[in-house]
Amino acid sequence: MSELAIKTKDLTKTFGSFTAVDQITMEVKKGEIFGFLGANGAGKTTAMKMLTGLLTPTSGEAMVSGMDVYNQAESIKKNIGYMSQKFSLYDDLTPDENIRFYGGIYGLNDEKLGDKKEELIKSLGLTSFRKKLVGSLPLGWKQKLAFAISIIHDPGIVFLDEPTGGVDPVTRREFWERIYQVAEEGITVFVTTHYMDEAEYCDRVSIMVDGRIDALDTPDGLKNTFETDSIENVFIRLARSAERGD
Amino acid sequence: MYSVQLHNVSKSFGSTLALKESSFSVNEGELFGFVGPDGAGKTTLFRILTTLLLPDSGDVSVLGLDVNKDYQKIRPMLGYMPGKFSLYQDLTVQENLEFFASVFNTTIKENYSLVEPIYKQLVEFKDRFAGNLSGGMKQKLALCCALIHKPKLLLLDEPTTGVDAVSRKEFWQMLGILKKEGITIIVSTPYMDEAEQCDQVALIDKGEILKIDTPDSIAKSFSKPLYGISHAQKYKLIQSLRAYQYADSVHPFGKSIHYTDQRNSFEIEELQSYLNTHGLEGAAIETITPGVEDVFMELMHKEKIDV
Repeated sequence: MSELAIKTKDLTKTFGSFTAVDQITMEVKKGEIFGFLGANGAGKTTAMKMLTGLLTPTSGEAMVSGMDVYNQAESIKKNIGYMSQKFSLYDDLTPDENIRFYGGIYGLNDEKLGDKKEELIKSLGLTSFRKKLVGSLPLGWKQKLAFAISIIHDPGIVFLDEPTGGVDPVTRREFWERIYQVAEEGITVFVTTHYMDEAEYCDRVSIMVDGRIDALDTPDGLKNTFETDSIENVFIRLARSAERGD
Repeated sequence: MYSVQLHNVSKSFGSTLALKESSFSVNEGELFGFVGPDGAGKTTLFRILTTLLLPDSGDVSVLGLDVNKDYQKIRPMLGYMPGKFSLYQDLTVQENLEFFASVFNTTIKENYSLVEPIYKQLVEFKDRFAGNLSGGMKQKLALCCALIHKPKLLLLDEPTTGVDAVSRKEFWQMLGILKKEGITIIVSTPYMDEAEQCDQVALIDKGEILKIDTPDSIAKSFSKPLYGISHAQKYKLIQSLRAYQYADSVHPFGKSIHYTDQRNSFEIEELQSYLNTHGLEGAAIETITPGVEDVFMELMHKEKIDV
């Protein structure tokens, strides 16, 4: 088994004459917290869709948890966790019911599901909300629940697409502590964010510009290379060079 | 002169108190920011100010007029950008702008100078459907549409959520230009660096305004000496600091951890040697100046304890 959670080489996706993802090459180590940054429209979501088996690449190679995105897309889907940018739990089900539903989809048996449910509700502090509809929960709670459910089947890697967008400073930090815990447990975390302070919490960070990966290093490494003291400055310098307006 | 004045305003939805006896004033020409968690009451407040929702009690005056009696006079003077993207996705960039201009009985030509700094960034996409724009571009177009009738008061509900760092910066540069034009701006944001650019900031939670002041004064109101601590092993540092018997608050702030101590006087060396014995040799500890975000964290936590 390789010690890499993700390995891509010249991974590319074009839509007609438009190259959304342009020959990206990267390696993400197992257990790493990997920050996947880029401006709106830089190609992050398209790249993520290829890595999660939702979109077939135009060319190049990509392996996720040792599986090939071209011919093992279905196994990839079963073995990864994914939390989309859009809230994807059922608003008109309770936290209990959502956990049961997604656990069932991922093939957890009743016994395991029962244990998981109790564990999740307790660790999230959702006991008093468990019979309320998810739609009535504050955004921060919804996001924490969605994260917990995305890893209910103990995947080797989880993809988080802007999990803290619009979330207040307190809840944002609580969310990141969960990310740290999950990484400690050995799950690889692949995360996108527009909060540059959060980039500092990652082990390594890549920055996409116009479909390419223009920088990839540890946060400190990036700051050294660009001779500046914040990831925000690195990001702004790279993103300002973008040709693509969209 | 006040652009907006609220006095003891309350609003409930069923048994949920969305706004609790809130009072505040926004000066003419001011850039006024609201920060608070989801469900704090920010959107309710925006709906009241835009005359879309009537308060249960209290007085609200907008541009010197009463929201209850004079809503028809108020509305044409307001520009409103709701939290949800509300332009027509299947109209082009230009068609959207034309539409909003015509609704307010004006033309793009008449007020072009006001939207020009923003619209010129969109011109090359003017024939693209609004639904096909990226997040940052959508927000710029929405701002143009909210401005095309030259409003006196601009209300922006989380305009930069989900927008990247560069577009966010550009968006706020636009707000600076509009402020110079004399437009009063009320904006809500989850980004504390944006709150720090406002003339006044209100921290709001559970329908109550916890604090209103200039960003500077808010930052200065932080109650304790604050330390920034950094080490390559961030999570271990957070955990070790939390386990320290004198720790008061421990919050990650990007590259460093912000720390306050329970004791009134404390020796940095003592904490340093504690960290050394926990495998965190070489941790850098320095005194730092608190920001708005530190105060927000402090107030929110205090509240949690009070509950």
